[in-house]
Amino acid sequence: MKEVAIIGIGIIKFGELWDKSLRDIAVESALNCLEDSGTDRIDSINIGCMSSGLFIGQEHLASIIADYLGRLNIPSTRVESACASGGLAVRSAFLEVAAGMSDYALAIGVEKMTDVSMGEATYALATAADQDYEAFHGITFPGLYAMLARTHMERWGTTREQLAEVAIKNHRNGSMNQYAQFPFTITLDAVLKSTMIADPLRLLDCSPVTDGAAALLLTTVENAKKLKKHPVVVISGIGSAVDSIALSQRKDLLELKAVKTAAGMALQMSGRTINDIDFAEVHDCFTIAEILVLESMGILEPGKGGPATLEGYTALDGKFPVNPSGGLKSKGHPVGATGVAQIFEIVNQLRGNSGKRQIPGARIGLAQNMGGSGGSCICHIIEAK
Amino acid sequence: MNIPRHWRETPERYRLEAAKCRKCGKIAFPARLICPDCGHKEFEKINLSGKGKLLTYTIIRTAPEGFEDIAPYAVGIVEMEEGVSVMGQVTDCDPEELKTGDTLVTKFRRMSEEGKTGLIMYSYKFVPDIGV
Amino acid sequence: MVGIIGYGTQIPRYRIKVEEIAKVWGADAETLKRGLNLNEKSVPAPDEDCATLSVGAARNALVRAGIDPALIGAVYVGSESHPYAVKPTGTIVSEALGICPHVHTADLEFACKAGTEGMFIALYLVKSGVMTCALAIGADTSQGAPGDALEYSASAGAAAFIMGRENIIAELLDTHCYMTDTPDFWRRENAHYPEHSGRFTGEPAYKKHVFGAVNAILDKTGMKPEDFDYLIFHQPNGKFPVQAARQLGFTEAQYHYGLLTPVLGNTYSASSPLGFAATLDEADPDQLILLVSYGSGAGSDAFVFRTTERLLKNRDLAPKVRKQLDEHRKYLEYGVYAKFRGKILKPE
Repeated sequence: MKEVAIIGIGIIKFGELWDKSLRDIAVESALNCLEDSGTDRIDSINIGCMSSGLFIGQEHLASIIADYLGRLNIPSTRVESACASGGLAVRSAFLEVAAGMSDYALAIGVEKMTDVSMGEATYALATAADQDYEAFHGITFPGLYAMLARTHMERWGTTREQLAEVAIKNHRNGSMNQYAQFPFTITLDAVLKSTMIADPLRLLDCSPVTDGAAALLLTTVENAKKLKKHPVVVISGIGSAVDSIALSQRKDLLELKAVKTAAGMALQMSGRTINDIDFAEVHDCFTIAEILVLESMGILEPGKGGPATLEGYTALDGKFPVNPSGGLKSKGHPVGATGVAQIFEIVNQLRGNSGKRQIPGARIGLAQNMGGSGGSCICHIIEAK
Repeated sequence: MNIPRHWRETPERYRLEAAKCRKCGKIAFPARLICPDCGHKEFEKINLSGKGKLLTYTIIRTAPEGFEDIAPYAVGIVEMEEGVSVMGQVTDCDPEELKTGDTLVTKFRRMSEEGKTGLIMYSYKFVPDIGV
Repeated sequence: MVGIIGYGTQIPRYRIKVEEIAKVWGADAETLKRGLNLNEKSVPAPDEDCATLSVGAARNALVRAGIDPALIGAVYVGSESHPYAVKPTGTIVSEALGICPHVHTADLEFACKAGTEGMFIALYLVKSGVMTCALAIGADTSQGAPGDALEYSASAGAAAFIMGRENIIAELLDTHCYMTDTPDFWRRENAHYPEHSGRFTGEPAYKKHVFGAVNAILDKTGMKPEDFDYLIFHQPNGKFPVQAARQLGFTEAQYHYGLLTPVLGNTYSASSPLGFAATLDEADPDQLILLVSYGSGAGSDAFVFRTTERLLKNRDLAPKVRKQLDEHRKYLEYGVYAKFRGKILKPE
């Protein structure tokens, strides 16, 4: 298996992009990525998108995106694992290069979510849950995470303030991110007084509905070294695992097994331990999700996620910065794009290009992208060579 | 078109039909072809009693399409007395007064409908176990 | 010997008071309450309908009967508010109870008499030996037009009875039915609310048929009003059944347990069946009960039952009517009631 490097990264500003279509944003992010890489070669396209069928009535993205990118006659593949589709596309591109099938593999994550009403968007997102035994009963994604939040609060004494701090911290980071949908800070008072969505989660505990796309160009480390445009950044480990889709089927609601397994797998592949990691981009689709993920990956002990967040452990200047990009909460959560956008941030950090958000001396980052209520998870370990 | 899809689930939704592994006794709801605990492939059909304890719950205030008119409503995960957990709405209650650990029982209720002239979908829902 | 081997009921938890409805229409609540002998009525939750109430009542009846559902050879659901105009309620109920597929089901409709129609058919089918057991249910989530007199009384509930030849708790002694074509109340196809003929619903309709059925069955059985321990008449309001009982020579003690309308409203097809169930909740063994329904259109079914020792053993196995009526109640304001009952117009 060949060693794989990330030589190009591209993104667009996330938000409600009324004047742009799915093909527009996918192509725009890919062009930004190619420009960043300094090369124009693509041997395969790997697209992560959760639900273009429900959001814009368009499937068959492999063809339409390749077409509008002007790259016909090469392998183009769309992969889907709900909100982890982006991470899965990166894994797919990695496999292309590692296996020697492609010298240059493009990963694109994209989601166009604002062409439908909020009700239709909620429905589309709920398809990541068990349709017959969860969604049928009128549960929503905020509802599923709200049940996890209640369990965490009751078992560990996690407080509303601690949950809110996840959002406050991520907005503080995101306020410095030019690509973020909501690049502003928020206060504790604003979180605690925001509209209740699904008790105990409020509006400002939830990531937004977002249009967005991001792209990465992968090649062999050997090729990367020749380019000399950027410091060489490699994918040293990948882990991918699944858990029961329905919460009711899990033995312990608070252990996200797919996250634990995927993180462990990625660390093992990279030959690292969790203590070697300098920072992480994690899937904070809801405030409680960031806490659960950090505990499930072993970055914090079970039950310590809330207090540690409040004490600044995960802040930009904390012991273990989490979501320097602003996370899904502030940067936005175009579901299929999220996993790719997380790695965009990590590569920028490793290159030392993150400006006011730069984590000093960042060498190894972890990207954790998950689908549904933890039904699937993809982790990447990204290192500066 | 949800008609065959709903109809297919009738045994589970109408009378809580579950599958009990003939080897290890694990109960699967809904039924599975392979036991998640021991991998065995033979099951016996049983009906859950409908009684259980509330493990966790939420109150849905921003409801998905088709559920707007009943919001706010509670949805919870209930550990049934047979040991298997089931997600469902908790109806006939004041959601604010629910507590984790409450004993609930199932009732047969309307879940949703395909518009005013379409199919009515019935299912189990939970209610507080107060003997009425 | 044939009779009831199990009974069960279901009443929604929601209520609305006469005052709350009267306030909206500028009516005088005190006059209405006095005139109708009615204080409040039950209101179905948005997720309840005739089928769900039927299943709830029938499950309680099955618990009391203690039989394998597969022994039930017929399921009859009487209602004027079947969830579908075309598609049986009986199959929904039978499927939920685990009685399908070897069963005969029928949905019955005869205004407020549909419940006892099912009981009549079920009793005689079992008596004939065609089947071991049969289930009859009266269930309604009836609607009165906004502002109409019926809005104060039209309510929701269900009562289910399992008939059998063994382990009887109330033995059937006799029946008599009394029918004429009398247009006192109807609902046309596609009409949302029923229409009625005002005071014509009294003398030539309710009274004529109830009196006709009672007099005929007294004649047939050679019994007198004072021979009965208990009496249940159909209760469109709290006034009609009381007036009729007194005129026929019955006393308050006889209809006391069965008169539910003052606090329940008119549950239509479930009205006299629920009163009968409430009476079974309290009766002693070897007592005589006269049950007389009334359905507009019009007709009455009269039944004479005698309770057995077994009643005492099995009636505590499921919730009694009074418990369902008195506990866990929640009063609604008119706005929420209107939303629950689909009386608020929303864009499609």
